Amino acid sequence: MTDIKIIVCAKQIPDPEAPLSDVSVDAVKMEVIVDAPQVISPFDENALEAAIRLKEDLGGKITVLSLGKKVSDTVLRKALAAGADELILLQDDQFEKLDSYSTATALADAVRKIGDYDLVLAGRQAGDWDSGQVGLILGELLDLPCISLARDISVEDGSVVVQKSIPEGYERVKAQMPALVTVSNEVGELRYISRTKMLKMMRGSRSIPSWNAKEIGVNSDALQKMGIAELSSPPDMGRDCQFIEGSPDDQAEKLAEIFMALR
Amino acid sequence: MSEVLILGEIKEGSLDLKTLELLGAGKKLAGEMGGVFSLLLMGDSVSGPADEALPHGPTKVYKMEHPLLGGFKPDLWVASLEQACKKINPKVLLMSHSFVGMEVGPRLSSRLNTRLTTDCIDLSIDPEDGLLLRTKPVSGGNAISVFKFQGEPQLATVRGKVFAPVQGDGSAGTIEEIAPEIDESMIKVLSLEIVKEESVALDKANVVVAGGAGLGEEDGFELLEELAEALGETFDNVMIGCSRVAVDKGWISSDHQVGLTGTMISPDIYVAVGISGAIQHLVGMVHAKKIIAINTDKSCNMFKVADYGIVEDYEDIIPALIEKLEELS
Repeated sequence: MTDIKIIVCAKQIPDPEAPLSDVSVDAVKMEVIVDAPQVISPFDENALEAAIRLKEDLGGKITVLSLGKKVSDTVLRKALAAGADELILLQDDQFEKLDSYSTATALADAVRKIGDYDLVLAGRQAGDWDSGQVGLILGELLDLPCISLARDISVEDGSVVVQKSIPEGYERVKAQMPALVTVSNEVGELRYISRTKMLKMMRGSRSIPSWNAKEIGVNSDALQKMGIAELSSPPDMGRDCQFIEGSPDDQAEKLAEIFMALR
Repeated sequence: MSEVLILGEIKEGSLDLKTLELLGAGKKLAGEMGGVFSLLLMGDSVSGPADEALPHGPTKVYKMEHPLLGGFKPDLWVASLEQACKKINPKVLLMSHSFVGMEVGPRLSSRLNTRLTTDCIDLSIDPEDGLLLRTKPVSGGNAISVFKFQGEPQLATVRGKVFAPVQGDGSAGTIEEIAPEIDESMIKVLSLEIVKEESVALDKANVVVAGGAGLGEEDGFELLEELAEALGETFDNVMIGCSRVAVDKGWISSDHQVGLTGTMISPDIYVAVGISGAIQHLVGMVHAKKIIAINTDKSCNMFKVADYGIVEDYEDIIPALIEKLEELS
């Protein structure tokens, strides 16, 4: 097979590596406030990496979709710099705080609008709500073969072959395309992007298409908000850290003594 | 009568411990809504575990047996479960947030057009409207959210070890058979082979020595191995852990990964080397009895949850530490 057409779903989220002190909970507005830059959700970056490798092998085209009330093209342009061919932002006020099923519904309509594809890839779960649903529901709504937790994806004789993580190791599975695959981090991190490439993509005049709900053809009545009834801070995880000072040798000796005391 | 249905899982011919925990949750919810709880078992032959389940108190144990349900073929499990739900009409359906539940849950929610909440750590019934209140950590554990949705069945996957296993009252429920209508043509994803890999049982470790991006290179884990060996002279079950980033970089296999999408552990001692402590990692190890952190960045998250900290390059500390440990042990 040559020229594979891949759609990658990528969510924009606040950086999940943010320090604890930059995260707070607004219990009244029922919002988690993260004072951190927006990034592409890590598992979605893994999915993009898997897509780029397939394209390197087979040739073809990668289209990245990102859905939200407002999606920043500067964050998502990273996907283009890494090797995606097209980026489409799915933006509409109606897309604010959708539940997983509704998000998948809107994505399914966007995928149908694109029409011509062999694979739809998504991260196994998003790094903010950790729900792990959108990819699989999307596959069901599109009536595609669904494969979850991929750690390796290849194409053999026109079928997709996936190494899927299972508790005792991995399972090799095969399905006809088009298919939906959710990707786990064992695939590997998104490749390094040189500064020149990144700047070129950021400063470039390339316009990024944006589709609203109407243009996608979403039935607004089908969209529901996340049903949050209550939001609170977790119990404090913090401890009082005792720092061990001195030269590295002194520090090592003191730490060895601490270990011995913990016997 | 309102029914709470549990999707059971079978491990080595017996009910999985997580299933007993789910029955505990089911019993509690049934009490709150004035209903009953029941268990569904799927497989090629489930008579043994079905008999085993009865004394734990479910009103019914549904058996769904078919040669094609042996082994976990998601396409057929989803189809069978959909059929079972349409027959039983449960008000609530709970499954474990296991490999099975993570795949079957979202797909079933799509087919039944009902909302699912995954990885719940608490469940109760809202007395006002009878809906399921689903408590789930979000933002990697930085916030706790309670979700509520309309629609039936009310659907949730449940984290292990948060509900106590059910205490059987010996009451005699009944076994009911449901015949799944499935055949090979419904399999869209073919299993070619299952490759078993040796994996570390991190949850059984007394001491975990873990490394992250701060190691800088794959070889850093060799040094951690040496430290683990030195600690092994004094402690039992010393194992190597890691952060998600270390797996992404290809330095170590994912069975070593600690955190929300890896293993959740609470060892006696956790040694974090070059791990800044993304929240999803902290959730997986913060309940360790003692936490020791070595990192060059004093402001990183890991020091906020650690008992002892060393702000220094690990390559300057660990060889000396190994030497001292060898002297003392």
